[in-house]
Amino acid sequence: MMKMVRIYIMGKEYKVPEGLTIMKAMEYAGYRFIRGAGCRAGFCGACATVYRKEGDYKLYTDLACQTTVEDGMYLVQLPFAPANKAVYDIKKIKPDDKTLVNFYPEIARCVSCNTCTKACPQELEVMDYIQSALRGDVKKTAELSFDCIQCGLCALRCPAEIAHYHVAQLARRLYGRYFMPRALHLEKRLKELEKGKFDKEMERIKKMKLEDLKKMYNSRDIEPEESGETRESD
Amino acid sequence: MYPKEFEKSIKKVEATREERMKGLPERMNAKEREEILQKWHPDYKPEAKRKLKIGPSKGSIVPNEVADLIEAYPVANPDEIDASKPDYSVDVLIIGGGGAGTTAALHAYYNGIKKDKILIVTKLRHGDANTIMAQGGIQAADKENDSPVIHYLDVIGGGHYANKPELVERLVMDAPRIIKWHEELGIMYDKKEDGEMVTIHGGGTSRRRMHSAKDYTGMEIMRVIRDEVRNIGIPVMEFTSAIDLLTDGNKVTGALLYNMETDEYMVVRAKATILATGGFGRLHIQGFPTTNHYGATFDGPVMAYRVGAVLRDMDSVQYHPTGVAYPEQIVGLLVTEKVRGLGGQPVNAEGEQFVHPLEARDVEAAALIRECYGRNKGVVTPTGMRGIWLDSPLIEMIHGEGTIERRLGAMFRMFKRFGIDMRQEPILVFPTLHYQNGGIEINAESQVLSKNGAIPGLFAAGEVSGGVHGKNRLMGNSLLDTQVFGRIAGMAAAKYAKKSKYGKTTLQHVKKYVEELKKAKIKEERHAPILLPDYREKKVLSREIDIL
Repeated sequence: MMKMVRIYIMGKEYKVPEGLTIMKAMEYAGYRFIRGAGCRAGFCGACATVYRKEGDYKLYTDLACQTTVEDGMYLVQLPFAPANKAVYDIKKIKPDDKTLVNFYPEIARCVSCNTCTKACPQELEVMDYIQSALRGDVKKTAELSFDCIQCGLCALRCPAEIAHYHVAQLARRLYGRYFMPRALHLEKRLKELEKGKFDKEMERIKKMKLEDLKKMYNSRDIEPEESGETRESD
Repeated sequence: MYPKEFEKSIKKVEATREERMKGLPERMNAKEREEILQKWHPDYKPEAKRKLKIGPSKGSIVPNEVADLIEAYPVANPDEIDASKPDYSVDVLIIGGGGAGTTAALHAYYNGIKKDKILIVTKLRHGDANTIMAQGGIQAADKENDSPVIHYLDVIGGGHYANKPELVERLVMDAPRIIKWHEELGIMYDKKEDGEMVTIHGGGTSRRRMHSAKDYTGMEIMRVIRDEVRNIGIPVMEFTSAIDLLTDGNKVTGALLYNMETDEYMVVRAKATILATGGFGRLHIQGFPTTNHYGATFDGPVMAYRVGAVLRDMDSVQYHPTGVAYPEQIVGLLVTEKVRGLGGQPVNAEGEQFVHPLEARDVEAAALIRECYGRNKGVVTPTGMRGIWLDSPLIEMIHGEGTIERRLGAMFRMFKRFGIDMRQEPILVFPTLHYQNGGIEINAESQVLSKNGAIPGLFAAGEVSGGVHGKNRLMGNSLLDTQVFGRIAGMAAAKYAKKSKYGKTTLQHVKKYVEELKKAKIKEERHAPILLPDYREKKVLSREIDIL
């Protein structure tokens, strides 16, 4: 016999087998999602959920697809987070240490309470990146926020009403476009393509007889696996 | 946390680790690959497939789950719908809000279509798609020792020579341009200090050309292109699906939409329509769990088939070699190939290697299935599933401490949530349903093809289409596919829309299709597209009364 636990979906009691994720438990109970389910694998942020446990004062936040149900869990999904996004043309911005605060002046309202960090299902240092943004440190904001899935739980919990994940999105795009060095080998390849360097060879291989193509594929040389020394910049 | 009964086997994996670091099993030769596929790959089970009874690809062999939806009646009876009065009129309608659809919208805009004359409709939220879940990377031949021609050879050999050459050519030739576009948009690819892209191998690649953004590559691409759509202000209609295309009897003239929250239908008139609806993971072919998002239900081909689109390579299905086999909560979810790209080895319950970690996906998957069910050397989980160890601690022995958190952050986090530390312990995997290799046939201009050539007004891009990957897609070519063909579809649709007029919006092709279904004596038992899977408990479903 399956062991069952009690959960309260928006306050209403259901008995579901233990060990299910919140998402699967709601489906077991009879819910069919239109909102509140997306990738079902922890990447899209569609299934943001808040819950409390019996006898515990704390309000927990997590993803329904990545969290196992517990007996006595009171839960509700928050499938949408209203938050204004700044509009910009990334190509026209000249980034400096004021760019982020100019687009999102409300970050100056941060009271360093760390509620955003506690709310983050990805366990990111959300408050730290907002503080970096305030200092104009685009790099740090981009790096600390990189794993953000934009579920919006930080914005919903913030007493200063900051839309953290939108600030972070701008920081990452600025960093990617203006701060990371460009790949020179990519420029070079594009020039070669423009000049038609590979066109002839491409025509030849496209028209190759199946037998010859197979022979070529089966005898192609394979670059050795990565050695231990590679280190990308952090 | 692993159950106690795994301990003995984990000890064996640990005991052989040092020794295994010294070398890998040889790659299989062509004959060995063929043999293992024939015997162990799920595609080679004839009883899981059948011939289509009607339509433009009548006689083609497809999985039963696909045939069930092709040989199905429309969800809305065409006799009861007034499709003649458009609620919206646009130049370019894009069905699907993932990587391909979003990139198509941007390129329609770049090519002169006004933002308000573009419309993206999507069943879930904008960006909730397989693109956002793609972890490992995106291929592009942009390094000195590589070339688009070598990339071409890898793609076509990996696809068992079934690919459509003109599509592969576009895929590999346009790849560097896409990476450049991404760089300009501010996508944070992994780079060395001098700006050189960090690139690694994927299964079946002969050069290290996998570009990545940690193991959130698809998420990083999706976030940025979605942000770009929002900055431009291109309209997106969420929780709205297309349930049939509209035609004037000759060309495609828009689509019939369904608001999933209010149940009402809407008519969109469009000069050009792009299908970017993605794949079919949620059909759970042969009962496999899947890595796919909630809406991957094969809607696009169902609609396109009714207007005459040809399907190709639908007999082959991609099972990703490494889906999660334990813990139960996340069974079937993707363990990126990058884990093997960085040195993780598949190892059996005895701690032995049995296959090179980077064979093409179908071969690797077949080897894992053989090890579990042919040689009985899998690890049995508490629910009776079998799995193979993926020895992840090797990664940090090879590349140094901190590598897993830095380069496989998503994987590390996923297992940690369930009490497993992949830096210290191996992870348990088994093949999972991953990708629709085939789909709607297109040409190199992303036009959808019928038996008599291009269908005017209809374009397709991404997983919904077939031909790019032949019978087996390589890692890193699906993100690339969405971007390359999304761009082509957007440009081609813009060009087409500029010289076209609106047409009458009717469902006459659907009525014809219903007649064909009746003629073939197919009973009205199934309706499609299904839009979403249904995971409600059987007991609930059996007692359902539809009142409100």
